[in-house]
Amino acid sequence: MGVESKLGNLGIVTTSLEKVVNWGRTGAMWPMLFGLACCAIEMMSSQAPQYDMSRFGMELMRASPRQSDLMIVAGRLSRKMAPVLRRLYDQMPAPKWVVSMGDCASCGGVYNNYAIVQGVDEIVPVDVYVAGCPPRPEALIHGIMTLHEKVKGETFKDWA
Amino acid sequence: MSSLEQIEITTEELRHLVSPRAIEGDTILLNMGPQHPSTHGVLRLLLELDGEIVVSCIPDIGYLHTGIEKSIESKSYEKSEVMTDRLDYLNTMGNNLAYCLAVEKLVDLDVPERAQAVRVIFAELQRIASHMVWLGTHMLDLGAMSVFFYTFTQRERILDLMEMAGGQRMMTTYFRPGGLWRDVPDGWVEGVRELIDDLPRHFKEFEALISKNPIFLDRTKDIGILSAEDGLAWGVTGSSLRGSGVDYDIRKAEPYSGYERYEFDVPLATEGDVYARYWVRMKELYESVRIVRQALDKLPSGPFRSNNRKFVPPPRAELGESMEAVIHHFKLWTEGFPAPKNSVYLPVESPRGELGVLLEGDGGPKPYRCYWRTPSFVNLQVLPMLSKGHYVADLVAIIGSIDIVLGDTDR
Repeated sequence: MGVESKLGNLGIVTTSLEKVVNWGRTGAMWPMLFGLACCAIEMMSSQAPQYDMSRFGMELMRASPRQSDLMIVAGRLSRKMAPVLRRLYDQMPAPKWVVSMGDCASCGGVYNNYAIVQGVDEIVPVDVYVAGCPPRPEALIHGIMTLHEKVKGETFKDWA
Repeated sequence: MSSLEQIEITTEELRHLVSPRAIEGDTILLNMGPQHPSTHGVLRLLLELDGEIVVSCIPDIGYLHTGIEKSIESKSYEKSEVMTDRLDYLNTMGNNLAYCLAVEKLVDLDVPERAQAVRVIFAELQRIASHMVWLGTHMLDLGAMSVFFYTFTQRERILDLMEMAGGQRMMTTYFRPGGLWRDVPDGWVEGVRELIDDLPRHFKEFEALISKNPIFLDRTKDIGILSAEDGLAWGVTGSSLRGSGVDYDIRKAEPYSGYERYEFDVPLATEGDVYARYWVRMKELYESVRIVRQALDKLPSGPFRSNNRKFVPPPRAELGESMEAVIHHFKLWTEGFPAPKNSVYLPVESPRGELGVLLEGDGGPKPYRCYWRTPSFVNLQVLPMLSKGHYVADLVAIIGSIDIVLGDTDR
């Protein structure tokens, strides 16, 4: 019925294990339900029907860091919140990735002052930066697609 | 990280906040947030629980403290407007409106009629958009997923109109002291009309889904009752106060931006529970549509911003012809306009309540002090009182019903 009928007798596909695993990782990358500020509203918009992130296997936002693969840092990170963010990151099981969404998370944005951490990369390793204040949902989805490309090129050595 | 220890609150520090039973170990202390899907952002609640019953609830705020007031004080009046969008990020246009009105009051600047009408239209559309997010997330907290999809679909249509005029979906900074950034584009008026003709149908759909739903009624009736006296004593404003039967709406009490010209009702409920607050907000949606329709029908033509060159930059075309325009343009964009040594307070009705701006000028181009009286911060104070004696599950409903935005609370 499905792909079998197209393949005919070709019952075997040869590939490397890394490719299969990375394909699986990009196909169901669960983000953590974790919003900080304005960007979180746009993150919700990208979950909503208009943009529908579930097309990319990401409809399941997990509220627990222990069940999630991807942390989208959506919004400005204050100095009081910074240790919490790091603790959440530490609680996520590997392999894990971080998308820094928006200008505030990436570089402090318009807030160059005493209260805001000037970029979350001071706290956690960031894989993809998404620019915008706030980024459009399309921009976030593009950032996640970019992350998927990156994950597809990863080797097991990276996580060993 | 050494600062990790700083956020740990020890039992010693809590002694005066919790009941003696917690110290003896009779009740348990539970941490809710700052990362929790139902606290609407980064609110942290310290709960003292007797089984599943909340004995005391201690909100811990400041996880989104951004230093916005301080940032505004270090920028000129016009430049610091971008900060105001990001305060209450569900009410971006409303924050711009409050700030612009305060600046205009401080420097005594006139605003053309057309700009006032467009401001009202956007403020009301923003109120609808904000209520859409509130309704979607509130229902999500109560376990109804599908409402979120319906409301966000409608919200996107409003954001499209905002993008059409301001060029950005959320943080438009479209209102400027003295008027608007630019005139509304072609097709905008038709777009708004099409939207407001269609919206009431969807509001009825939401009400049909929710208002008589037995699960929703069980979760919201007689939960988190706020009496009118308590509401007034704690300074609660907005829909949360009107749900307790107090007829206080700044749009009626102290009209601004021409609200006195429009006919609308202020929905009131007397029960003061979660359901009453829900009911008031749902009825407000229809009133907002009514205001937008009137403003649109009477939308005057004419200039969209003040002609006072000392405060408002000249049109681009003038720069090639007039030396005076070049001087004004240069002065405004390099140092800004000076404001007199005076202090003004201006409240507006945000979707959450009284949003007030206190601006104090010192004769220079930057404010000496800028204080925001934000409704979420004040309304959040009643949460410990409302949640006392309820289940933890009801606490989630109560948080949703007072409709807080943490950007607004922490500033």
